[in-house]
Amino acid sequence: MNTHEASPAAPRKKAAAPVVTRVGEHTVEVVSDSGEGAQKCGQGFGAISARMGNGAWTVEIIPAEIQPPARTPGSTSGVRIRIGEGPVTNWGDAAQLVVAFNEQVLLSRHRLNALADDAVILIEDMWATHEDPAIVQAWNTAMEELKTRSYRFIHVPMEEQCLTLVDNARRGKNMFALGLLACIYGRDLEKTKEEIAKQFRKKSADVYERNVKLLELGIAWAEENIDFRIDVPATPPASDMVVMNGNLAIGMGAIAAGMELCAMYPITPASSVSHYLSEVFERVGGTVHQAEDEIAAVGVAIGASYAGKVALTVTSGPGIALKTEFIGLAIMTETPLVVVDVQRGGPSTGLPTKVEQSDLLAVLYSQPGDAPKVVIAPATIEDCFHCMITARRIAEALRCVVFVLTDANLATGVTPFARPRPDAKWLAPPLDLSPVPEGSLPYQWDPERGLSQRILPGQRDGMFTATGLAHDEASKVTYDPIVNQRGNAMRSRKLAVLQQTLKPPVVVGGDRGDLLVVGWGSTKGAIEEAAERARAEKLKVSTLHLTFLSPLEPGLKEIFKRFRKVMTVEINYSDEADAPFITEESRRYGQLCWMLRAHTLVDVDCWTRVPGEPLRPGRILEVLKERLGD
Amino acid sequence: MHNTCSFLGCGYDDDREFATEDYEGPVARWCAGCGDHAILFAAQRLLAAEQLAPEQTMFVSGIGCSSRFPHYMKTYGFHGIHGRALPLATGIKLHRPDLKVFVVMGDGDFCSIGAAHWVHAIRYNTDMVALLLDNNIYGLTKNQTSPTTPQGLPSNTQPEGGYLPALNPLSVTLGVTNASFVAQTADWVPGHLFATLQAAYRHKGLAFVRILQRCPVWVPALFQDAVQNPDHTQLLVHEQGIVAPDVEQVYKNHHPHDPTDLDAARRIAEDTTTVRLGLFYRNEALACYDDVRRVPARTADERIAVLNAELDRHAV
Repeated sequence: MNTHEASPAAPRKKAAAPVVTRVGEHTVEVVSDSGEGAQKCGQGFGAISARMGNGAWTVEIIPAEIQPPARTPGSTSGVRIRIGEGPVTNWGDAAQLVVAFNEQVLLSRHRLNALADDAVILIEDMWATHEDPAIVQAWNTAMEELKTRSYRFIHVPMEEQCLTLVDNARRGKNMFALGLLACIYGRDLEKTKEEIAKQFRKKSADVYERNVKLLELGIAWAEENIDFRIDVPATPPASDMVVMNGNLAIGMGAIAAGMELCAMYPITPASSVSHYLSEVFERVGGTVHQAEDEIAAVGVAIGASYAGKVALTVTSGPGIALKTEFIGLAIMTETPLVVVDVQRGGPSTGLPTKVEQSDLLAVLYSQPGDAPKVVIAPATIEDCFHCMITARRIAEALRCVVFVLTDANLATGVTPFARPRPDAKWLAPPLDLSPVPEGSLPYQWDPERGLSQRILPGQRDGMFTATGLAHDEASKVTYDPIVNQRGNAMRSRKLAVLQQTLKPPVVVGGDRGDLLVVGWGSTKGAIEEAAERARAEKLKVSTLHLTFLSPLEPGLKEIFKRFRKVMTVEINYSDEADAPFITEESRRYGQLCWMLRAHTLVDVDCWTRVPGEPLRPGRILEVLKERLGD
Repeated sequence: MHNTCSFLGCGYDDDREFATEDYEGPVARWCAGCGDHAILFAAQRLLAAEQLAPEQTMFVSGIGCSSRFPHYMKTYGFHGIHGRALPLATGIKLHRPDLKVFVVMGDGDFCSIGAAHWVHAIRYNTDMVALLLDNNIYGLTKNQTSPTTPQGLPSNTQPEGGYLPALNPLSVTLGVTNASFVAQTADWVPGHLFATLQAAYRHKGLAFVRILQRCPVWVPALFQDAVQNPDHTQLLVHEQGIVAPDVEQVYKNHHPHDPTDLDAARRIAEDTTTVRLGLFYRNEALACYDDVRRVPARTADERIAVLNAELDRHAV
């Protein structure tokens, strides 16, 4: 027997006036079985909120399979959307409102402690009275488990409602759910329709119309049956904003940088960069080459880069592993190249759809021999766009390989940011194929800086053979010890030259104190929010976020010395100091932590986790307090 | 030679004439008697015959004895990694269709570690020449069995003799969808070698040429029967095939074969009891990936206009 409110058997009378609660931010999750479109609903809700002037950050919850068995926790597919009055930089702690298409997917979120104790849950209730007794049994068992929290349930007859408009409610519930959210959060109807038009732009007008009707049905049902509204005040932004996910921003950044070739092989969670580019790239003179494998993808990119403008390859961890040898060739031949690694959980196939920051050391040290390269890590979706321009320029100026390390959180997260103003200066210049001056050599290294001017095929009198063998300034193969020492030094020196041009990183919070938290990549928002909350509790916590990981940004040791403790917070594995067998000698640290210890000789500590989801600021705050209490 | 280069700096008058020596790089460091010397010379002759500007010509290779090839040419070269010259060359052609690209790989390179790229390069049918310098052995790493090593031939890794029948590069290539040019020649028949390279160069699409190549150090006996007895070698002859009249005088064992007949090509390629030299198959009507994927160049203004429209599409 269920005692939940608003059961369909006894529909609630239309409330005279729903209770409106005004809040500075709110966190919503939409969860369904894979294939029911919760992501379209949730991402749409995030985009509409951003367009209205709310801060927004979305995180996709993606199963590893396309069609996992329905109604199982493993089939959970959805989105968390955190919206705010001001900018939102991370996914927050717990969802306060949930739209769940069945109780099993809800259960998976409950078990991950993803839901606030007092969360309001709008749940499809067809399962409670399903003709299959096993389903009813599963529903009842789940409800017993869910009772351990004080969630408020509102039963929504999604299936029944949608069937009044469509034959297959599985294909319609997501827009009905968007209607529920649009009503509860007072979303602008026109902007909502625009979003639907955008989502279905490749489909017929009929499809659009049908989805708008479903949306309106959801709104009408909510108006009739839901007794509360959430008001997150939206301030239309002062300047132009755009809203997109990180993979799209990477693709657009590649266009803005004037790149003309992206060679790739399908891999989660990187593929959508190439989906976007496949749609647009040819209109700007670009080509997406889907190679036969990860190795060929980077090989094609290196060939293209060698002969012309800097090319791009996009992959994730397993692809990085496969590309390793070729990247060594690019480094040895000083062929510029940009490699985007959208990190996922590892090792091996790991967690294909889920976030991790575990490729840093692999990227830095996977080549045999000394293979210096530049590594940069965007921290926000806006960074994803701009770092591509930086990456292309550095690759060209230094004749080097530049890695861009994003992750599954940035890849699929959607947030608004200041609209970039494309500039012709960002584009790669046209190829100059003039004859080379007499006596020019392909590796005419500036003996101090290691920099040299590239010679391109087609340049008269510049003929040489690029080679992965040790070579001299003329690219002549030699095994001479002095030449080999110099070649290594020249390839390494370029990084030191680049480091000289970098500014010391910004410390957020006091410039001295008890604890400095250092992060990199997509964790910036969560770390800074945690530290801000700590400072609100009068704790002397500051943060520092690194964009350049190779070379490391300057001045770190001086900054670290001003704090009683320094630690990194990362999404990768490290041993906990008090775990069995772990001693100071055997403990393996987080990846950035490991680098910082070696680089600064400061006793940097770390807190790292591999939960397959972004870090929650509340959890980081607990850790900071523990560490300060030590 | 049609110079189609449309980049900055390419507009200079070009009244140069090139001789074979103009393509000669440093002295090749292959062993005495190695078949690669003859192939190198044939390539230099070809470039002179076709008057290819050295700076517009590229040799791309993998790793192994034969992959040192680009170092001995006075053209642009890219000496890559083991098995993977074809992706490099594909990338070069995608960005720079104006360059004339030759890929040189050995049998370990092409048929073993690089086999995946081989199959796909044949299907891409990018406009370039791919030379398989097949000496049936790993040479540079010192005498290990390769996929084309004859069954029973001992090596350092299979001292009792190769365990399995050799892979047949011709029938594999002829089995791949979109294969457009498949020929076989030999380092010891210079006239045929040159004529084959020339036909390959002039072919539109990926021209795959297997060159039987002697390794006097590790497998000296291997092609000796064919070298010493021209009658044991069969020439595929056809007016549309490899036309080398001088060679036909010496090699009198002729087999008429129409290179447009794919079924016949596959059938004769399957039969490895006789060494056959000639053009097995040619079809210039097949799709070339570099043509299919060619996009018009865009100005900076055009690019920025598209990007602005894209940003507007995602405007808040």
